[in-house]
Amino acid sequence: MSIETMAPPSTAVTPLEWMRRNLFSSIASSLTTGLIGGLLIWLAVNVGGWAIGEARWEVVGNNLRLFLVGQYPATEAWRLWLNLAVLSVMTGLSAAVFGSTTRTLAVSTSALQLLLALLIVPSPLGTLIPPTTSLVLGLLGNAAGVWAAFVAGRLLGPPRRWLMIGWLLTIPLTFVLVSGFGPLPEVRSTLWGGLLLTVLLAAVGIVLSFPLGVLLALGRRSGLPAVRVLSTAYIEIIRGVPLVTILFMADIMLPLLLPGEFRIDRVARAMGGITLFSAAYVAENVRGGLQAIPMGQYEAAHALGLGSLATNLFVVLPQALRSVIPANVGLFISLLKDTTLVTIVGLLELLGIGRAILAQPQSLGAHLEVYVFIAAAFFVLCYAMSQASYRLERTMGLGSR
Amino acid sequence: MNAERPAPDVPEAERGIIVARDVHKWFGSLHVLRGIDLTVQAGEVVVIFGASGSGKSTFIRTINRLEEHQQGEIFVDGIELTNDIRNIAAVRSEIGMVFQSFNLFPHLTALQNVTLAPVRVRRWSRDRAEQAAMELLIRVGIPEQAHKYPAQLSGGQQQRVAIARALAMQPKIMLFDEPTSALDPEMINEVLEVMRELAGTGITMLCVTHEMGFARAVANRMAFFDHGQIVEEGPPAQIFEAPEHERTKRFLAQILH
Repeated sequence: MSIETMAPPSTAVTPLEWMRRNLFSSIASSLTTGLIGGLLIWLAVNVGGWAIGEARWEVVGNNLRLFLVGQYPATEAWRLWLNLAVLSVMTGLSAAVFGSTTRTLAVSTSALQLLLALLIVPSPLGTLIPPTTSLVLGLLGNAAGVWAAFVAGRLLGPPRRWLMIGWLLTIPLTFVLVSGFGPLPEVRSTLWGGLLLTVLLAAVGIVLSFPLGVLLALGRRSGLPAVRVLSTAYIEIIRGVPLVTILFMADIMLPLLLPGEFRIDRVARAMGGITLFSAAYVAENVRGGLQAIPMGQYEAAHALGLGSLATNLFVVLPQALRSVIPANVGLFISLLKDTTLVTIVGLLELLGIGRAILAQPQSLGAHLEVYVFIAAAFFVLCYAMSQASYRLERTMGLGSR
Repeated sequence: MNAERPAPDVPEAERGIIVARDVHKWFGSLHVLRGIDLTVQAGEVVVIFGASGSGKSTFIRTINRLEEHQQGEIFVDGIELTNDIRNIAAVRSEIGMVFQSFNLFPHLTALQNVTLAPVRVRRWSRDRAEQAAMELLIRVGIPEQAHKYPAQLSGGQQQRVAIARALAMQPKIMLFDEPTSALDPEMINEVLEVMRELAGTGITMLCVTHEMGFARAVANRMAFFDHGQIVEEGPPAQIFEAPEHERTKRFLAQILH
């Protein structure tokens, strides 16, 4: 008798069967299920009841502008919208051209903007946030912009190189739009605040500390003793000092050390401090990735005639950086949260502005609402980063399996 | 400095494409190469064999400077291997190498593995490099795997990609460092087949291998390494039929059963 190929046994399970197996398999497990289930229900009823019934979300709605941009002048707010629109269009185009990872980003940013717009529009539950026409239109316009750009990108298919250059150009563009340049009136960084400042600090910290950290990691493994010693010393010293200390030093000591006429903006000093701090940690992560590259990879590259620069650029770093994506994203998530520390040098990022709002007499007693809102905002940002990193790992992991 | 200087004081006939004279190498205090003299003529296929730890791999790795020799001299195509990195680069551009563990770049497809060096070192256009690479992948018999990653290929296929990658730089010399030792038995032949074809093209080959069938069929000369020295050297017929040294006899008896 010939052996036929058979279908695998069915593993489909009804929901009831699943519950019996996983939640109520024994008396002890039934008890545990009951206990934890009860606790969860109790929590949901209480927290949900508070959030829908008691909480006075007006404190968030009334101060929304402060939460989002701090004291950034209302007459110049269009510049931020324009900046956001450019980023939305770039995200949409990238999603069309690069696919997977950026598509997740496009879906999540547009969904987030839609969701925010919905929160603002009057709902049967009552308005959580008082409707501001410009805000609703801006958010909806942006969400639509992402998808319009996606469709345009699909139709036109711009070369990847252009998009890379486009992303690089968004950095000076953001700077010009936010701080003002040429015909645009200057908006001093002391007026930047809220979510805007948080995102700027984190973005600058991430974008600058990454290349700096990679260089430090390579330096620490360099064959040149001077480079190696300096890199190692930098990494060890920075890692031995708390970020708060570095921020204080950047804020107070730097002006003392520099000549009087030479003033560095306070926000720029904080950005510098965060970048220098984060770079040391990036360096150690990357060094871990470099150590995992087998000697054979270097030998194969050298045997092909690649010099050490080319070997690092095309063979070693692509593999090493790929393997440390999870560690680096974790680092950048904590960098984002650490930006709250700039409050102590007088900058009003999201948490700082929250505390300033709480100091107003009309928000008396609304502590919980303000902190829950801030926590939710940070959670959304961090969760988006970690989801993007899972995507990135999956798309980039293909070759390394 | 002396990039084009031929090996001095050597008669014309002895001036090979690879000339190694009295090469010594130590790992710490371990003396692994003890005065290797070997001259390989252009177009020759030389098989190096010997017990593990006899220094044969170390020796072929000194020829493209993956290992540094500490005494003696090595000339490749008239270029002496010194600490001058220009000489090292010049020598490496004439030598292709195939490793026991393939050492393909796992983040690149088969095709990208082959085009990397021509594009980055020779500065070929991507189109030209890809066309040449496809021709090489056809030559080693796996054009249909061009867009797969190394991890998706069998060992034999990976090693054939590695051979194509080395050939992409159009080397005059190919070094093989136990190219079939890490392969499952059924995959050894597909790699040897490619090597046999290659030997027929007149490229200079220096192979560390224990594939005696391959050696007998293809090699012009064989060299037996033992304890960091070349104990015996000669054409395959002589080595197999009438080895002079006791150690050669014993080793051959062991591996030929």
